[in-house]
Amino acid sequence: MLSLCQNKIKQSVSTKLSCRLFTSLLETEKVPFDFTQDNYEKVENILSKYPTEQKRSAIIPLLHLAQDQEGYVPESAMMKIASIVACPVSKVFETFTFYTMFRPKPVGDHVIEICTNLSCTLRGADQVLNAIQDKLGIKIGETTKDNKFTLLEVECQGACATAPVVVIDGNYYEDVEVKSINSILRDFARDVVPKSGTQSKRNGPEPIGGKTTLKSEPWAQKIREDL
Amino acid sequence: MLSTFLKQPIGQERLVSSLVTKRFYGGLNDNNRIFTNLYGDYDSSVTGAMKRGDWQQTKNIISKGKEWIISEIKKSGIRGRGGAGFPTGLKWSFMPKNDPRPSYLVINADEGEPGTCKDRQILLNDPQKLVEGCLLSGYALGAKASYIYVRGEFKKEIASLQSAIDQAYEHNLIGKNACGSGYDFDIHVHPGAGAYVCGEETALIESLEGSTGKPRIKPPFPPQFGLWGCPTNVNNVETISSCPTILRRGSSWYNSFGRKNNHGTKIFSISGHVNNPCVVEEEMSIPLKTLIEKHAGGVRGGWDNLLAVIPGGSSCPVLPKNICDNVLMDYDDLEKNNSSFGTGAIIVMDKSTDIIKSIARLSKFYAHESCGQCTPCREGTIWVKSLMDKIVEGKGTKKDLKLLESLITAVKGNTICALGDAAVLPIEGLLRHFRKEVELRLID
Repeated sequence: MLSLCQNKIKQSVSTKLSCRLFTSLLETEKVPFDFTQDNYEKVENILSKYPTEQKRSAIIPLLHLAQDQEGYVPESAMMKIASIVACPVSKVFETFTFYTMFRPKPVGDHVIEICTNLSCTLRGADQVLNAIQDKLGIKIGETTKDNKFTLLEVECQGACATAPVVVIDGNYYEDVEVKSINSILRDFARDVVPKSGTQSKRNGPEPIGGKTTLKSEPWAQKIREDL
Repeated sequence: MLSTFLKQPIGQERLVSSLVTKRFYGGLNDNNRIFTNLYGDYDSSVTGAMKRGDWQQTKNIISKGKEWIISEIKKSGIRGRGGAGFPTGLKWSFMPKNDPRPSYLVINADEGEPGTCKDRQILLNDPQKLVEGCLLSGYALGAKASYIYVRGEFKKEIASLQSAIDQAYEHNLIGKNACGSGYDFDIHVHPGAGAYVCGEETALIESLEGSTGKPRIKPPFPPQFGLWGCPTNVNNVETISSCPTILRRGSSWYNSFGRKNNHGTKIFSISGHVNNPCVVEEEMSIPLKTLIEKHAGGVRGGWDNLLAVIPGGSSCPVLPKNICDNVLMDYDDLEKNNSSFGTGAIIVMDKSTDIIKSIARLSKFYAHESCGQCTPCREGTIWVKSLMDKIVEGKGTKKDLKLLESLITAVKGNTICALGDAAVLPIEGLLRHFRKEVELRLID
C-alpha cells in the first residue's frame, strides 16, 4: 500500500521537492526523538514569550530548536512539538514545509549555503561557487561521499554590502573570494571553525577604502529643552 | 549674504540671479547621525549606548503622553523605512481608541529584500536604539508588548538583540515599571525561518502565530485585526530605532533634513559594481551620484562606466545611467522617474553586466519566494522566470516578449500582497529602459 502511494505521488504533478520531502518524511516518523534536558529549559523559555492560549506561536522556534539538536527535523520531532503546543501534527507539518530553513532529512556535518542573488553574483559569487564545487567534487543539493559537506544554494542572506556571502553552519562568511573560501573549507574539513564575518581587511560593511563617516568617537547630543 | 552663499559647497549647482542657491542635500555631519555605532567600532552594551545618548530622559518622554509622542513623530515626517514609505505617525494613529483587546507592536526585522543590509547593523551594533524605540513607540500605541520578528538566518543578530533586551530588563529600562514611568512593557524576539514573503506585514503576523507566511487580504489592516486578532502596528527596525532620537532632539531637527515629504536621514546599503560597497547613513534627497561617489568610492571604472542602478532593492524598477546622473535618493524623485525608494538598497551595475541575466536572476528569486496563495503570483512568477530564462539563453521569441508584457498587466495590482507587483516591476523597468537589448537577444 505504501509503495503504491509512493508511486502515485511520483507520478503526480507535484514538484520533485515535495515528492522527496513526503517520502523522506515517512521514513523519519519512527526516528526516536525527544528534546534534551537542557533543551526542555529552552522549550519553557520559548513558551513563556507568548500568551498561554497562543502556544502555536512557538511552533517555529521549537522547529529551530529540534533542528539545532538533530541537524534536521524528523517527523517524530514534529509530533513532539505538536503535543507541546497542543495542536494537530498536520499544523506543524504545514508550517515546517513552508519555510526553506527547515530540513526534512539528515545533511552532512557542515552545511554550506551560498547566496547567488544579484548583489552576490555581481561581486563574484559564481567564481566562489565554482571553487566550492571543484574543491569538494559536488554540485548544489549534494553531499560529499564522506558526509562532511552539504552544498545548498540560497537566496539573499541580508549582507549585500559585504558580498559574496557564504553561510556555513549558520555562520556568515563575507567578502569571500576563491582564495579565502578554499582556506575556510580546509578548516572545516579538519572540524576547525574559522573566524566568521568579513574575510577582508575591513571589520564590517564600512567602505573598504576607509570610513567616510563616523571617523571619531561619537558623543551624546544636546537634548531639546522642553523635556 | 552673497559671501555666505559663495562659501556653501554648491558643487554643480549654479547661483541664480535672485541669489538663492539650490539646497544641497547630502552633507550630513556626524553630529546629526542617529546610528553612531553603525560599524560596531564602539561598545554596543547598554553602558556604551548610554554614553552615546541612548536612554536619556526616556521617563520624561513617556510622561509627555501618547498624543504628544504621536504628534512629534507625525511632525518629524518620518516615513516607513521598510520599503513602503508610509508616514509612520499616520500609521500609528490608525490604532483604535478604547478597544478592550490588548495591542501589540511588532517589529519587522525580516530583512530579505535583495540589496538590503541595514537593519542588520542596528541589531548587531546599536540594538539599544531599537529596544528604547520599542518602549517609546509601544507606549504611544498603548501596546502591551513588542515582538521583534528577526529573519531566522540572522543567528548572531538574534543573539545580540536578545542580549540587549536582557540588559535592558536588568537595568529596569523595560519590563515592569519601565524606566520608573509606571508603564509595564515587555519585548520578545521571535525568529523567522527563511521566507522573504514574511517581510509583508500580514504574512509576518501569520508567521508569528505559528502558521505558514501567507498574507491576509486587507482590509482589515493590522491596527484593526492583527496579531492574534488584536490591534497591531507593524514597523521596520530602522523606523522604530530612529524614534528615540527624534523625540529627544525634536521633530523640527529631523524635519530639517531632506526635501518636503521626504524628511530625515536614512541608512543606505550600496552594493554591486562600486569600488567600496558599504552601508552608510546619509541625508534623504542626496543625489544618487553624490552618494555613490562620496561614500562608495564611485562606480568601478569611473562614472561613465555605469550601466544601470536599482535604487531601492530588487523590487524597484532599474534606472539607466542618464537618469542616475541627476536623480535624488528620495521617495518623490524616484517615483517621478518611474522607480521607487524602497529600502534605499542601491545595486550598481557597470557596463560589464548582462542586464537581462541580472533581471532574470531576480525573476528566479520571486518565483522561489512566492507563497503560492494567489494564482496571478503563483503562476505569474513561474511564467516570468521561465520566459526570462528563455530570453537570456537566446531562445526567446517576439511572442514570448509579448507574453511577458501581458504578464506584467495580469499580475500587477491583482495579487493579495505586493510580492506580485515586486516580481513584475523589475521586468517593467527592463523593458522601459533596455528594450532594445532584449529585442536584440530574441531569435526573430
